[in-house]
Amino acid sequence: MRRLSASQPSSSQLGTPPPSATMPRPPAVSIGPLGWLHQNLFSSWFNALLTVLALLLLYQVLPPLINWLAINAVWGAAEPAACKEASGACWAMIHEKYRLILFGRYPYDEQWRPMIGMAMLVGLIGLSCNRNFWRIWLLDLWLGGLMVWFVLMWGGWFGLAFVPNNLWGGLPLTLMLTLIGLAVAFPVSIFLALGRRSTLPIIRIICVVYIELIRGVPLISLLFMASFMLPLFLPTGVHFDEVLRAQVAIIMFSSAYLAEAIRGGLQAMPQGQYEAAHALGLTYWQTQRKIILPQALRISIPSIVNIFIGLFKDTSLVAIVGLSDLLLSMRQAIADIAWRRYFVEGYLFIAVIYFCVCFFMSKYSKHLESQLGAGHRR
Amino acid sequence: MSESISNGAMVELLGVHKWFGQFHVLKNINLSVVKGERIVICGPSGSGKSTMIRCINRLEEHQQGRILVDGVELTKDLKNIDTVRREVGMVFQHFNLFPHLTVLENCTLAPIWVRGVPKKDAQDLAMQYLERVKIPEQADKYPGQLSGGQQQRVAIARSLCMQPNIMLFDEPTSALDPEMISEVLDVMIDLAESGMTMLCVTHEMGFARKVADRVVFMDDGEIIEANEPAVFFSNPQSERTKLFLSQILSH
Repeated sequence: MRRLSASQPSSSQLGTPPPSATMPRPPAVSIGPLGWLHQNLFSSWFNALLTVLALLLLYQVLPPLINWLAINAVWGAAEPAACKEASGACWAMIHEKYRLILFGRYPYDEQWRPMIGMAMLVGLIGLSCNRNFWRIWLLDLWLGGLMVWFVLMWGGWFGLAFVPNNLWGGLPLTLMLTLIGLAVAFPVSIFLALGRRSTLPIIRIICVVYIELIRGVPLISLLFMASFMLPLFLPTGVHFDEVLRAQVAIIMFSSAYLAEAIRGGLQAMPQGQYEAAHALGLTYWQTQRKIILPQALRISIPSIVNIFIGLFKDTSLVAIVGLSDLLLSMRQAIADIAWRRYFVEGYLFIAVIYFCVCFFMSKYSKHLESQLGAGHRR
Repeated sequence: MSESISNGAMVELLGVHKWFGQFHVLKNINLSVVKGERIVICGPSGSGKSTMIRCINRLEEHQQGRILVDGVELTKDLKNIDTVRREVGMVFQHFNLFPHLTVLENCTLAPIWVRGVPKKDAQDLAMQYLERVKIPEQADKYPGQLSGGQQQRVAIARSLCMQPNIMLFDEPTSALDPEMISEVLDVMIDLAESGMTMLCVTHEMGFARKVADRVVFMDDGEIIEANEPAVFFSNPQSERTKLFLSQILSH
C-alpha cells in the first residue's frame, strides 16, 4: 500500500470556491479518485485494515452466492426432480407457485380481479406522490378507487362471481390492510396528537389513556382480542367480518404510534408560531391547520414513514388470526410436498417484494422532505 | 359590553396585576392610551414591559384589574379576545414569520381566514403594505431567504394587512444586526407619522425622542414614571429612572 501524505481536505474546504490559476492547487492525493480512496477507504491504518478485510470477505462470499442465485439455479418451468439435481436455487418453484403466493386462495380464474385492483391502487399511489395533485379531487378519486377495489374483490355485482373475503389473500390483502390502515389511522392520529396536547382535561385524558393502552400491548394481542374476544361480547348471531376485525386492530395500533410521532413534531414547534397566529386572530383550528400541522408533519416525516414501513411488515401478523397475507400464502404455497424443500426461495421471493415497497417508501419520504424543505431554512 | 370608562381611550389598563407562579410580574399597572398616541415603554430586562403589552392582546392573561381595548374588555370571553386580536397588530422580537409560507402568503393568511377577504383583494392589500415597508420584490420568497431586517419588515406588513387600529411592538429591533436596525425603525417612524396608535417596547432611545408622545419607564413590575420624551430624558424624576438612563445613554 502506498503511503499517502498526511494532508487531508476537511469538509469545510470543499465548500470554498475553486482556486484561481495563481493560487496553489490542492495536493493531488486529496482530489480525484485517489483522493476519494484515501478519504473513504484508507484514511487511517485501521480503516485500511477494515477495507482489506471487507474485500477478502466479499471474495469469499460473493462467488458462491452468485452461483447459487443465478448460475447453478433452475429457471423457468421445471419438474421438482430437476431442482433436486441442481446445486443452485430452485426458481422453478416460484414459477410454479407464484399465483398462489401472490393471490393466496383467491379463485384461480378470478385472479385478474385483484390484479387489476392492485394496478389501480398502485396507479393512485403514483398519482398521490406528486404534490401538485394534492387537491380535494384526489380524495374523491381515492374514495372511488376504493369502491372499485371492493367491487372487484368481492364481486357479486356486474356479473362478477362473489368471492367471500375469507378467500382473499396474498399481496392484495397485505396491500389493502396497509393502505386502508394508514389512510384511516393517519387522520385519527392527528386528532389524538392534538388531543394529547389539549388544554381541556377530559380530551387530554382520553387521548393519553388510548395512546398508552394501545402502545402498551403488542399488535398480536390486539389482533387476538379483535378476533377471539370481541365475538364473546357481541350478541349471538351478530357476525363481525374477520378481515374487518383485523383491519380495525391495525388501525387502532398504528394510530397510537402515529400520534406519538406527530406529537414529536408538534412539540418541536416554537411557541412564537402560536403567538403570531393568535396575535393575528386565527382560531385554534385555523392555527393548527394553516400554521402548526404543515410544519409539524414535515418535521415528523422520518418517524411517520418509519411507522408506515413497520406497519406494512407488521400486517404479516394477521396470519395469526387466520388471514393469508403475503407471508402466510407463501407458506401455504410451499406446503406442497414436492416443493417444500425450496422454502428459502419462497422467503427470498417475498422478501424482495417487501423490500421493494419499503425501499420505495423510504426514498419517497426523502424526496418529500427535501421538496417540502424548500424555503424552510431559518 | 362597551361601557366606556373614560375619554375614548384606545387602550386602558386599570389596576392590572399579574403573577407568574409566586413571582409578581405586574404590580398595579395603570395606563391609558388615546387614539393616535405613540407610547415607548422602556426599562431593565425583567421589568415586566413585554408582559404588559402581551396582556393587551391576551397572549398573557392578567389576574387582577381590567384591560379595555377600544371599549372591549378582555375577559375569559373568547369572542371579546377574538375581537381585540383582530384590532390589535403585534410585532415580535423574533419576527415569528411562518417559515413554510411565502412572504405574500404570510401577509394574506389572516385577512383571508380571519376577515374573510377574497384572495385577490388580500393579495392587492398585501402588495400595498409590502411596498410601504419597501420590499415588494421579495413577495414570492420564503422568510428563511430574507435578512433579519427584511423579515421584521415583513412581520410589520403582515400585521398591517389586518388593518389594525393599534400596533404593539415587542422589542422589534433587539434581535437584529446593528446595520439593519435603522431600516426597521424607518418603517416604524413612517407608521407613527401616519397616526397609528402604537405601544413599543424598545431600547431605541433615538426612536423614543423622535416619535414618542410619552415614554413609560418600568422597573420591577411597576410603572415608575411616564412623561413626554423631552422631559423624560432631560429631567427624570425618580432615582431608578436616572440610573437606567445613565446606564443606557452612557456610551
